[in-house]
Amino acid sequence: MTSIAAELPSNYLTREHTVRSWLLTTDHKRIALLFFASITFFFFVGGFAATLIRLHLVNPAGTLLQPDMYNRMFTMHGIVMVWFFLIPSIPATLGNFLLPLMIGAHDLAFPRLNLASWYVFNISGALAIYFLLAGGVDTGWTFYTPFSTMYSNGHVMAAAAAVFVNGFSTIMTALNFVVTTHRLRAPGMTFMRLPLFVWAIYATSLVMLLATPVLAMTLALMAIERGLHVGIFDPALGGDPLLFQHLFWFYSHPAVYIMILPAFGVISEVITCFARKRIFGYEGMVWAMMAIAIIGFLVWGHHMFVAGISIYAAILYSVMTFIVAVPSAIKVFNWIATLHGGSIRFDAPMLYALGFIGLFTTGGLTGLIIATVAIDVHVTDTYFIVAHFHYIMVGGAVTAYFAGLHYWWPKITGRLYPEIWARGAALLIFVGFNLTFFPQFILGYLGMPRRYYAYPPEFQVWHVLSSAGASILAVAYVLPLFYLAWSLVYGAKAGPNPWRATGLEWRSASPPPAHNFSGTPFVTTGPYRYNTTDDGYVSQDGSAGA
Amino acid sequence: MRSLKPQMQFATLAQQTETAQLGMWVFIATEVMFFGVLFFAYTVYRASYPEQFRLAGHDTQLLLGSINVAILLTSSLTMVLAINAAREQRDRMAAGLLLATAALGLAFIGIKGYEYLLDYQAQSVPRLDYVFKPGQGGPTELFWMFYFIATGVHAIHLSIGIVLVLIMAWRARRGAFSRAYHAPLEVVGLYWSFVDIVWVFLFAAIYPLGRGGT
Repeated sequence: MTSIAAELPSNYLTREHTVRSWLLTTDHKRIALLFFASITFFFFVGGFAATLIRLHLVNPAGTLLQPDMYNRMFTMHGIVMVWFFLIPSIPATLGNFLLPLMIGAHDLAFPRLNLASWYVFNISGALAIYFLLAGGVDTGWTFYTPFSTMYSNGHVMAAAAAVFVNGFSTIMTALNFVVTTHRLRAPGMTFMRLPLFVWAIYATSLVMLLATPVLAMTLALMAIERGLHVGIFDPALGGDPLLFQHLFWFYSHPAVYIMILPAFGVISEVITCFARKRIFGYEGMVWAMMAIAIIGFLVWGHHMFVAGISIYAAILYSVMTFIVAVPSAIKVFNWIATLHGGSIRFDAPMLYALGFIGLFTTGGLTGLIIATVAIDVHVTDTYFIVAHFHYIMVGGAVTAYFAGLHYWWPKITGRLYPEIWARGAALLIFVGFNLTFFPQFILGYLGMPRRYYAYPPEFQVWHVLSSAGASILAVAYVLPLFYLAWSLVYGAKAGPNPWRATGLEWRSASPPPAHNFSGTPFVTTGPYRYNTTDDGYVSQDGSAGA
Repeated sequence: MRSLKPQMQFATLAQQTETAQLGMWVFIATEVMFFGVLFFAYTVYRASYPEQFRLAGHDTQLLLGSINVAILLTSSLTMVLAINAAREQRDRMAAGLLLATAALGLAFIGIKGYEYLLDYQAQSVPRLDYVFKPGQGGPTELFWMFYFIATGVHAIHLSIGIVLVLIMAWRARRGAFSRAYHAPLEVVGLYWSFVDIVWVFLFAAIYPLGRGGT
């Protein structure tokens, strides 16, 4: 068994040094880092737009941006953050790096397709940069017709092309993950022995595969209509703009689960490791994720309660939305049950994970509030909605991304980051996030509509609080950039398994060698065999850590 | 040329083959969703404007569409025969059958192009010089938008398929396939059959509906 972890003379980072060896690599670990570089860039592009928006809203009359530029900024923020950061965030980086390692494979099923996915992502990124520099888009990230097809004078075509091409990258990566999970598991790695992170990536990939093509075709139809001035959503010909909304949300509601399911996977790994306790209800966690992936396809209409759908359809979508909350709640309860009686350590990844539970639960519970048709009619298109989905996407998905980044950083780089800075950043993110977005719940409940560049003076105090929080959040998000970079040079060597965790990825060296394992691992047991009393654990290949 | 060593990430050649096939099936699932949008939207509008869609459907070229169904179904046959020939390492035979498959694909494209020309002459092309025939209103133009988008997207898929089949013909001729290893050919075959089936569904949705009676 020890041969698996045998230190090889070189790892995936040091094996070759040329630029060419990076740009033409088919090693999933290197491609994960390439994706990491790309999405980090877009995270700060999207963050820049958010910063301008929050600065602008400090004053009721607006301070900074002309109305048209304000529209372009929130559109840019939405498009960049959704498609160029959140959707690829955990899957394309951590998923890419860890999926083969966790199932005991030497690489993904289709390594060249994996590299192609990164290039396609960058092509779509270049299109995005083009439409931003050319003057931006003012449709909002949803591209609603007939505004996008008839009236908008932004660069709608370039933006749609960017999102369209981006979808190919998503599909390529998701296809690779699904096929790899089915065909490349090490001997003994049955589906019910898969780490929950792998299950999460698998469920996410299924949603990506079935939802993304719908967006692609829908945006293509929108672009054709805009380009030819005649098309299938055109009301003048009897076309139905609501059909566009149905098709768009058929993708974009599952896209929410594309963003949050990988987060569930990360949190499951971190919570059980730092509680030193086997995850509570492993099978329940698996079925909950699959249930979310499937039921998530049946709730899109809750984005359209006031759009003119029938009240009976609205009631059905409302009921389905309540039903999809059940598996989400199961997950939260299981994490808490895992913590109960655990031997909890508050390392940085755990702080992020605990923050995630609080923020995700807040986002989830407010989701139930707005799934209620009568209340949603009141708060539709207000800051209440903005606050709700930021609690899920930023408080949930981004916090989990940081949890995962810190948890696996020693594996990826072979170095430990300065713990005190990491804990500080985790706390700062939690504080900054709540200060930014909790006031927006209040604003929305009081009736402040979203996407307005000016507002009545009585709302100012909440906007100022929110902007103050955003400045804290901005600092907190930049901090890891510095101390993680610092750790690359000055960080202590991590060793193969600094957290004494059970997954196969920790049985390889840190950083892992080119093909992950020197032999093929043999899996003899399920994940998460932690022991609360003596801090011991059993890895999935059966080797015991004292 | 008959390389029998699996790629690094696979233990056996059989595993590599199964993986490639699963990859194509998963890809086809995404394609079903992609075309599904068009079929869904088409169905919604057809249900909303049955009479207008029926009138517009009358102006499609039923005979040419039917010939194209026959052509593509035949091409799927030659594709399967080519795979069988390659398994038995009858390389010339396999290459010949693949060339026949590609030729049938090209014949489809040619007939489709001629059909587009007839549609243009009948002034059925939206935006270009669309003319409403007697009794027709806005939704008939929607019908033609669907017609051109759906058949156009299908033609793009078929063109990609023709290129892939030609590459396979070249590889088969060079003896790249054997009983143990012919995964690329089978994967291309899956894709080809899928594109074929899409046409069968498109044909059924576009051409014959509502032609009975009047």
